Amino acid sequence: MSSTARTSMSSLPGSVDPQRDKEVRLSVEQVSYAYSASPSQAPLFTVEATSFQARPGEIVGILGPNASGKSTLLRLIAGALAPLSGRVLLNGFPTHTLTPRIRAQRIAMVQQESRLLFPARAREFVLQGRHAHSRALRFESPEDTVIAGNALAQVGAEHLSDRWMDQISGGEKQRVILARALAQQPLLLLLDEPTLHLDIAAQVDLLDTLRKLASQNRYTVVIVTHELNLAAEYADQVVLLQRGKSLRVGPPASVYQRELLEQVFQTPVTVELGSSGRPRVNVLPGS
Amino acid sequence: MRPLTLRLVLLRCLTLAGVLVVVVIVALKLGAVQVSLYGLTRDLLQVFLHHASSLSSNYGMIVLDIRLPRILLAIVVGASLAVAGTSFQALLRNPLADPYVLGVSSGAALGAIVALIAEPRLALPASVAALFTPLGAFLGALATIAAVYFLGRREGQIDSGTLLLAGIITASFLSAVIMFLMTTLTGRDLRGTAFWLMGDLSSSLQPSLRWVLGVGFVIASATIYASAADLNLLLSGEKEAMHLGVDVPRVRLVVYVAASVLTGLAVSVSGAIGYVGLLVPHVMRLLFGSDHRILLPTAAFGGAIAVVIADTLARTVVAPAELPVGAMTAMAGAPLFIYLLRRRMA
Repeated sequence: MSSTARTSMSSLPGSVDPQRDKEVRLSVEQVSYAYSASPSQAPLFTVEATSFQARPGEIVGILGPNASGKSTLLRLIAGALAPLSGRVLLNGFPTHTLTPRIRAQRIAMVQQESRLLFPARAREFVLQGRHAHSRALRFESPEDTVIAGNALAQVGAEHLSDRWMDQISGGEKQRVILARALAQQPLLLLLDEPTLHLDIAAQVDLLDTLRKLASQNRYTVVIVTHELNLAAEYADQVVLLQRGKSLRVGPPASVYQRELLEQVFQTPVTVELGSSGRPRVNVLPGS
Repeated sequence: MRPLTLRLVLLRCLTLAGVLVVVVIVALKLGAVQVSLYGLTRDLLQVFLHHASSLSSNYGMIVLDIRLPRILLAIVVGASLAVAGTSFQALLRNPLADPYVLGVSSGAALGAIVALIAEPRLALPASVAALFTPLGAFLGALATIAAVYFLGRREGQIDSGTLLLAGIITASFLSAVIMFLMTTLTGRDLRGTAFWLMGDLSSSLQPSLRWVLGVGFVIASATIYASAADLNLLLSGEKEAMHLGVDVPRVRLVVYVAASVLTGLAVSVSGAIGYVGLLVPHVMRLLFGSDHRILLPTAAFGGAIAVVIADTLARTVVAPAELPVGAMTAMAGAPLFIYLLRRRMA
């Protein structure tokens, strides 16, 4: 069930075992990015060379303080940004060179918030995920309807099908948004702080659903999150970022070192082993 | 909840087409010269079934040569404005956007007036000269929507309030420039232009312009309709639409240009008719939902119906004198706009 996570070392060119490479789905290779207001100015924001690999069924957590480049790294993986150097390969293809349509057939993104201008029912909302798969005039086929229905069922939200999106709770809404991503039938599922506005029960619920989906449907999942303990519990490997630099990549146990976390998050913490065998971080207030 | 199918869209459009036919027949009957409804329907049927080559009676000339072209013009203008309004609302993610509110109509009017002033000095052949005004109007519309789009952005995001203010300020600036240019006009030109600025369907068109109007409407509307499903996704934001497979820059460019073509064409033949592009999509959304695959075609029919009714009222309520049709739509539209604005804020 649990897959071995690898460190950034194994993704360096030349060190990859071709037999094992076959099952690597997502390969982030020395990716960097720089954003500046104008070409003549120094970059306002950079992501330095970052590498990791993920296989089908694996969950990767991207961690770091605010403005550490988590969302930028996620957008680089999604192919929405072109890397300055390095590349992101999904089944061997660089993600940012794919057309938007092909990209949406392979990569689904769940953003922090989905604003809606006009009311839509959950069922219609999930059908949006079929856009990249539909034909020219894009009227949904019965097949699309079945896939959308299955997607809602997989996240346990079939009862919400006919509800209006602006009349359901935050946790329910996040499930429907996840269902829309599943309706894209992607290989890679990206989530940008999906638990941000959820209460604890809804957070655990969502992550349980994600873990079940990852192992059953063999999605590769990448989650950007601030929740260190949830990441420790659910991620197979984590990427720890600070000011655009990836400090450590690996299974939570190897990344969750007290000194490292204190230095990155600028807060005194203790790290202990939780009952699940995963590390647990406690914040020490006022010390 | 039935899923949306092509069949459902066609059925709705057919119903609205029926309503439009009834409205057109009534509009043909009404006017300074009285015509009997029964006689008119019978005569029209005979013409359409090729039993007669023209209307038999003495009112044939009035009905077919004066009222019918004007009604056809109202149909195309109304449909253009409603489709353009629906498109702007989707692209700018603002249900209060429309060519008039955003200042695009004023931009088109300015372009048209500049073309009107420049045209006699260029000594163009008559058929080309007739197309010079719509071209100016199109360029004016395109420049204005580009300006309003950039003025309405805050921190890279379209901001609803800023956008509307940008549109209103742009419109008032453009109106001032139009006023300035109008001082260079004299006599008959001045009165005609003032009337046209309020929205006016009474002027007869050059045949070449009729063709441009008709073909332009069909091509631009079809282009926008081809992106209907993309527009649905754009409503939830550009980033999100991209992740769902929409080629956002391409759709945005194509639909902006096509909507500007529609606005430019409509304004160049009828002046600035307000509120059609704003209110018709709203009503259609209430009736048929917010899916653009059904909203765009029903809005086209709705816009046609609305402008035919407004123009019929404009030429009958103070007969034998006439009101500008823009005055009619503004009198009905402005209070409705306020109502929608208040309801949105509540």
